[in-house]
Amino acid sequence: MTTAPVIPQTDVRVEEPVSSRQLKRQLRAQEAKTKLTSPWASGLAIVLAILWTIPTLGLFITSFRPVEDINTSGWWSIITNPGFTLTNYDQALNAQGGLGSFFLNTIVIVVPAVLIPIFLALLAAYAFAWIPFKGRNFLFVAVFALQVVPLQVALIPLQTIFVNFGLQNSFWPVWISHTIFGLPLAIFLLHNFMKEVPASIIEAARVDGAGHVKIFFVVLMPLLVPAIAAFGIFQFLWVWNDLLVATVFAPSPNLRPVTAAIADLSGTRGSSWELLSAGAFISIIVPLIVFFSLQRFFVRGLLAGSVKG
Amino acid sequence: MNSRPARKITTAIVGVSAAALLLSACGGSTTTPTASSAGSAAGGSSAPASSVAGATGPQPAESGWCDAVKAQYPNLSGSVGVYSTIVSPEDTPYIEAYKDFTTCTGVTVNYEGSKEFEAQVGVRVASGNPPDLGIFPQPGLLSQIVNNTGAVKPLPDFVKTNAQKYFPSDWLNYGTVNGISFGIPNNADFKSLVWYSPKTFADKGYTVPTTWDELTALTDQIAATGEKPWCIGIASGEATGWQITDWLEEYVLRYAGPEVYDQWVSHDVKFADAPIADALAKVGALLKDPKYVNGGFGDVATIASTQFNDVSTPLLNGQCTFAREAANFDSNFKGKTIGPDGDINAFYFPPANDQFGTTVLGGGTFYAAFADRPEVQAFEYYLTTPEYANARAKAGSWISSNLGLQASSVESAVQQEALKTLQSTDTTFRFDASDLMPAPVGSDAEWKQFTAWITGQDDATTLANIDAAWPTS
Amino acid sequence: MDFLLNPTSVGDKLISMVLAVVIFGVIMAVLLFAIDRPKVPNWVIVAAFLGPVAILLAVGLFYPAAGTVVRSFQVSVNAVGPDGGPVINPNTGQRLTELGFSFDNYTRVFTDPAFQKTLLNTVWWVVLVPVVSTLFGLIYAVLVDRTRFEKAAKALVFLPMAISMVGASIIWKFVYEYRQGGSPQIGLANQVLVWLGADPYQFIITQPWNTFFLIVVMIWINAGFAMTILSAAIKAVPDDIVEAAQIDGATGFKLFRRVTVPTIRPAVVVVLTTIAMGSLKAFDVVRTMTGGNYGTSIVANEFYTQSFRQGEGGKGIGAALAVVLFVIIIPVIVYNVRQMRLAEEVR
Repeated sequence: MTTAPVIPQTDVRVEEPVSSRQLKRQLRAQEAKTKLTSPWASGLAIVLAILWTIPTLGLFITSFRPVEDINTSGWWSIITNPGFTLTNYDQALNAQGGLGSFFLNTIVIVVPAVLIPIFLALLAAYAFAWIPFKGRNFLFVAVFALQVVPLQVALIPLQTIFVNFGLQNSFWPVWISHTIFGLPLAIFLLHNFMKEVPASIIEAARVDGAGHVKIFFVVLMPLLVPAIAAFGIFQFLWVWNDLLVATVFAPSPNLRPVTAAIADLSGTRGSSWELLSAGAFISIIVPLIVFFSLQRFFVRGLLAGSVKG
Repeated sequence: MNSRPARKITTAIVGVSAAALLLSACGGSTTTPTASSAGSAAGGSSAPASSVAGATGPQPAESGWCDAVKAQYPNLSGSVGVYSTIVSPEDTPYIEAYKDFTTCTGVTVNYEGSKEFEAQVGVRVASGNPPDLGIFPQPGLLSQIVNNTGAVKPLPDFVKTNAQKYFPSDWLNYGTVNGISFGIPNNADFKSLVWYSPKTFADKGYTVPTTWDELTALTDQIAATGEKPWCIGIASGEATGWQITDWLEEYVLRYAGPEVYDQWVSHDVKFADAPIADALAKVGALLKDPKYVNGGFGDVATIASTQFNDVSTPLLNGQCTFAREAANFDSNFKGKTIGPDGDINAFYFPPANDQFGTTVLGGGTFYAAFADRPEVQAFEYYLTTPEYANARAKAGSWISSNLGLQASSVESAVQQEALKTLQSTDTTFRFDASDLMPAPVGSDAEWKQFTAWITGQDDATTLANIDAAWPTS
Repeated sequence: MDFLLNPTSVGDKLISMVLAVVIFGVIMAVLLFAIDRPKVPNWVIVAAFLGPVAILLAVGLFYPAAGTVVRSFQVSVNAVGPDGGPVINPNTGQRLTELGFSFDNYTRVFTDPAFQKTLLNTVWWVVLVPVVSTLFGLIYAVLVDRTRFEKAAKALVFLPMAISMVGASIIWKFVYEYRQGGSPQIGLANQVLVWLGADPYQFIITQPWNTFFLIVVMIWINAGFAMTILSAAIKAVPDDIVEAAQIDGATGFKLFRRVTVPTIRPAVVVVLTTIAMGSLKAFDVVRTMTGGNYGTSIVANEFYTQSFRQGEGGKGIGAALAVVLFVIIIPVIVYNVRQMRLAEEVR
């Protein structure tokens, strides 16, 4: 934690749209001013990136190796001792009558569990940012502080409520609990973005007679797209990769997502690296695809909107 | 995360000779009656053995259960859910065995397995959404749920009477909490076995030990050559450490005897008391001595990081000679032949002396119901019948203490031998103590403490810590 | 509506998914248009915007948290019957217990050496993971800023974020895998040691360093997140500030320290906070890699074990652990709130 003096923040300038060429020129000008990199630094960066990737690469290669090879030699010996098999994937995919239905469940769980908290958090963040009312700061701090509640404490109380409403055989418990667990962070992030918008713009809109709804949709929403994308991606990764919430709120095979199915994959066997590695990659693959295909928008969005605390 | 083998299906023990198992010839015939009450310890007061009229001797394999059920519960319909620790692919034989019930009654059985059973069954009961039936991997867990929640339904008389007809009274006692019968024994697990590779034995000129002294001598002989005779792994996800509880139980049973063993289960004999402390010291003399372990893996510390079933590899390639594992360990030898002339085989873990006869350590799982709908009770009745036992045994290697289970239903000659041993009155059978103890001890403190023990914690601290975890009631 | 409450077929599931989203969308629209009239009192507007969230958070987080605090001060005591033994319900076999007010749970949590170790580990997690991840993220963001390979390098470092914690734990368990000296290693970390001429090392078993090897996994996961956010923040540093600083003669590192760091400080705080919260609650890593054995347990993991595996006796201990967790994070919250206040004042 630094204790440097807080430098007054300048507002983000909402400029007239500039032509791409102008933008490039501006960027290049800025580049020249702030660039810190040197060939050494670039070399270091590449080394670090490779280091960061090696563990994953190792398991990835392992997932295509025959069992005997996995247990007797390191994956790096693939060069001198090549072996390739799809058996591990075959075994993993056909476990428990195929993973297809579990993939469907995951998709059914993920879509609402990402969208619903965004809806709700947008409303709340707007209220916290631009509707003055008594106790606003206190409430906002309370919501923020709720992030510390470990979700484990909420499992039984929540599930009790869902059972009382007779929802235990549906997806509602998973959707609602993911929504609840994602809300504090969503509100916090979106609120920070909303605060970034200069008050003068909001004021101008108000003078023109725009109500909250109009301000919300016309003035703020276009600026918020990157923030929503950023939170959406995090929530997507979180929900897709979650095991605990799914175990409690979607216990039956009919609702079980792919992560839970893979967790039971190695059966009662010990460290079956061949199954574990293949299973891990089956569950990783979709988030990776999503991440890599959305990454452009994500980073571009962050550039456009700028993240400030 | 990982399952304890207690929940696994007992599988073929090929090549364990009957002579080795029924050692009564060796040390004068000692007949210790089996029907001692190692009742549910967590219940505080275990049911006196006499309160349950136990069956004796083998029973016929036909009970005509279908007519009995239909007479008792006319108009059955709907479905019954079974929740269990046994996950795919090992759940298939269970689903097979339930088909007869559906054929007779028209009630469908929905099977659901999860590795998170132990934690989730509590969560589901607490949130008012319990399964119809659970297959409890440990009696200790069943008694904890009964004591804490009261959500388990006692066996209806109709079911109980039949259970008494087909199960030995001590097995019914394991499923009894506070004097009320809740559990129906499912499988019986044979733990007192040492696995070895016949090929290694032939190459090195060893003979299969049949007594404790022979086993000790062979162990020392191998250690003298610089090789490490034993290999053991205790890693098992959340349950890491359970393997050592089995070792300790074997030693207590062999050196202190079944009576002390029973007092230990009920905590009348504490962990820190001499008989248990001595047994642990003896276990330590073997497992903590780098001369003897850990073949194929390295030093003593590797015991803690090795998966319990990964010892199959060094056994096969001769890096280690002995591994004490239960009968279901053979599931790790897919595609290998099992038998005295095969790739892998097992011999009976012999008694330390003649005092207590043929001591066998075992385990087992228990059905218990959370619902009392007619179809659930009818299903419970089916589970007590010899027809279920035989159907289940035919569907996949499995034996149980059901007296109507026929040797002919069991896959291999040797598993039949194990069944005979279980049903024999010459056997001093004792149920896995940690499974009977209250869950905070048997499935937490013991595991954690023995894991710490193998990585260097001393005996006294370990035992004191386990005693401290015993619920104060 | 049966498919909404018990979807079985593929169609049912997809329809219920779409409906769920639509229902919430409609709620939102109705709320907004209901209040979008002149002369609606302010409190109604606030209630409409905050109502749904307030209800969900109150029921789903606040109420369980409050219940946990209460439960942490209670121990379950067996009722004693006339004969001095426990009181058993003759129909269900349930043992009658009474909840009594007591500090015992806290006493145990703070005096039991195993729990002390757990608390200490948790502190290490909460301090090291955010600080190291953020530092790494910041340095890396600067290193690759506007280089030719920026996109690829960032993608590679961010990649662990897309992997579930369970997946990441499996990946690292494999890196740390141990084989005895002399036999071929299959874990990369030990292979490197062997190449360097050292003996293989039990990364996951050997105390006290094993906790730090688990922390490495969490840092590996979070560094990409820190890098992405901070990189965007650096790029958003306004030109005029930079220019002004340059007129004052600041260049290179000085410029970075004097201008860039203070400007992106709010982003740094957000990143630190988010990762700190994450590492407090992340029990998947410990659970998958060690199950809390070998002295590596942290509060989140211990809470789960105590609450869900230990019956009645564990519930109080679990609750006390959860409360300790709240308390550990209070400084982070307070710091953040102060930052927010400062930001408000600046405006």
